[in-house]
Amino acid sequence: MTVLLIALGAALGAPLRYLTDRAVQARHDSPFPWGTLTVNVAGSLLLGAIAAIPAEAAVTALVGTGFCGALTTWSTLSYETLRLTRQGARWHAVANALGSVVAGLGAATLGYAVARALAG
Amino acid sequence: MTPPEFRVDPDVDLHVPADRGELAAHPTAVLGTIAAGGVLGALARAGVQAAFPHAPTGFPWATWGVNVTGCLLIGALMAVLTTRPTGPLVRPFLGVGVLGGFTTFSAYAVDAQRAVTAGAAGTALAYLAATLVGALLAVWAGDAATGRLLARARRRPEPTGEGR
Repeated sequence: MTVLLIALGAALGAPLRYLTDRAVQARHDSPFPWGTLTVNVAGSLLLGAIAAIPAEAAVTALVGTGFCGALTTWSTLSYETLRLTRQGARWHAVANALGSVVAGLGAATLGYAVARALAG
Repeated sequence: MTPPEFRVDPDVDLHVPADRGELAAHPTAVLGTIAAGGVLGALARAGVQAAFPHAPTGFPWATWGVNVTGCLLIGALMAVLTTRPTGPLVRPFLGVGVLGGFTTFSAYAVDAQRAVTAGAAGTALAYLAATLVGALLAVWAGDAATGRLLARARRRPEPTGEGR
């Protein structure tokens, strides 16, 4: 059952990362990879919220491991940073790597705090 | 100026003409392939995480290993894809789907946040830094090693009768 829930979450999360990335780039033409930052921050916010409340194992598998796990990515982030460096866009590369870590940690903390407050 | 084909985002980069048109041309195939790859990657990640669990104050070695391995593989994969013609669904399946689903940023951020909450700020900081450094070194190594192998293969003509 857990395996099916993880699979279902991932089957939604991975295409949503692709579609979100496309949508962000289509509206905002920039050398900085805003699309990947968007999915990584959104996924960290959601997973932070789930971690704050005593969620059932099924919810954790579906939304946490499956959906948030497949929505967010380290492989894309690291490759972008490598390519920005190769392109000579050093500042963008540093901002992408460090900015993602800081924004992701901030989003996880915010999601956790908001969910805690709402759960009372 | 860099050429318009210079890819930054391996998932999808609208500066790359082939990426711009792929969704409109084959929406079901592209999204279905990404979903299938994502399922395989996520299940592999879940398997590793289940095999090597960690306490809230402990170092999340499983997720660290998954993320660093995925970064090594995306470097290798993209080195191949940017130098050799491949099928239109190879990047969506292996890059966007399998490796995107295998690696995870949300568990990275939340595990670090949980370690801080559990009073292990030192572990959190070490984990944040070790993943960042490991991921960047791995993607560079995967790209550099594969690029070198491909260049060597191009210089040395393959024996007749073989493949390409």
